Amino acid sequence: MGRNLVFRGMLAGALAGLLTFVFSRIFAEPSIEAAIGYESGRDAALSTVDSVGMHDEGVELFSRTVQGTFGLGVGVILFGLAMGTLAGVVFTVALGRVGRIRPRVLALLVASAGLLVFFLVPFVKYPANPPSVGHPDTIGSRTTCYLLAIVITGIALGGAVWLGRRLAPRLGNWNASLVAGAAFVVVTGVVLALLPSFAEVPGPARSADGAIVYPAFPADVLAAFRLSTVAGQLVLWASFGLVFGPLAERVLARGRAAELIREESVDGRFASS
Amino acid sequence: MTASAEALSPTPVVLSASKAALWLTGAVFLALALYYFVGIDQGATSVFGSDSHVHEFVHDARHFLGFPCH
Repeated sequence: MGRNLVFRGMLAGALAGLLTFVFSRIFAEPSIEAAIGYESGRDAALSTVDSVGMHDEGVELFSRTVQGTFGLGVGVILFGLAMGTLAGVVFTVALGRVGRIRPRVLALLVASAGLLVFFLVPFVKYPANPPSVGHPDTIGSRTTCYLLAIVITGIALGGAVWLGRRLAPRLGNWNASLVAGAAFVVVTGVVLALLPSFAEVPGPARSADGAIVYPAFPADVLAAFRLSTVAGQLVLWASFGLVFGPLAERVLARGRAAELIREESVDGRFASS
Repeated sequence: MTASAEALSPTPVVLSASKAALWLTGAVFLALALYYFVGIDQGATSVFGSDSHVHEFVHDARHFLGFPCH
């Protein structure tokens, strides 16, 4: 049954990825295009004053059309598949071990946890950036910090669930959940504050004598892009949770029915235990 | 283990962790590999050397999904 649950997770994840791709194509792609337009304009302006461009893209391997359709689609759907697989595993292991929760509700809780760990909490310190924001030389440390934020958030959330379960008999479910939630916010807040910051939004480009030859990165493009990524993750995890829950309940109901039939046909079960 | 957990919680435990642990570990490994290739490969680290086909193909997806890029 565990295997069937994970397969449902993969299915729901890929489906959520497909929906998120449609969303991103409509709401994120325009700001990505605007950001790339800014980058080429800036490079062109700078090349007239000196020969140093912002960053060298090298040979174009895929056209912008391919990147913005097939590349975006494949990437987002595979991301949904990966997240759905992980969430399916977490759901399967958690079911029956986290108290009296309906499978459908647990699916939504696991999806919320995924949203927090894989996007929302790391976003507080390391928000998503459009093309041309972010220095190529710091890609290594930025990636390390981002992954570190994800891992620490995951550990903190697991710890908070454990703490809540431990405190529930003494404080009751409501207060235990509040204490565990507060602990999660404090721990992740402190860790995020301690991790290094990267302020790499391009300012105005200047020529050697200090005159501005190209403006700073447009703030509205940055804001629109970031908003679209947050909304995209909400679409991804909400659709995953809403699709996966009912699918998982069907698998569980079928499993329970099969168990009842087995109990009726094999009557020695209770005598042996 | 299963019996005691069942006695404590009304929702049945569907999995005794040891039994399917190997299968679940495989699923997690697959998911992490996918995550790595969609989000990170040919950026900070690379398993295909200095080639950048993977990076360039999923370029827009990386930005949209919040991964550091470039």
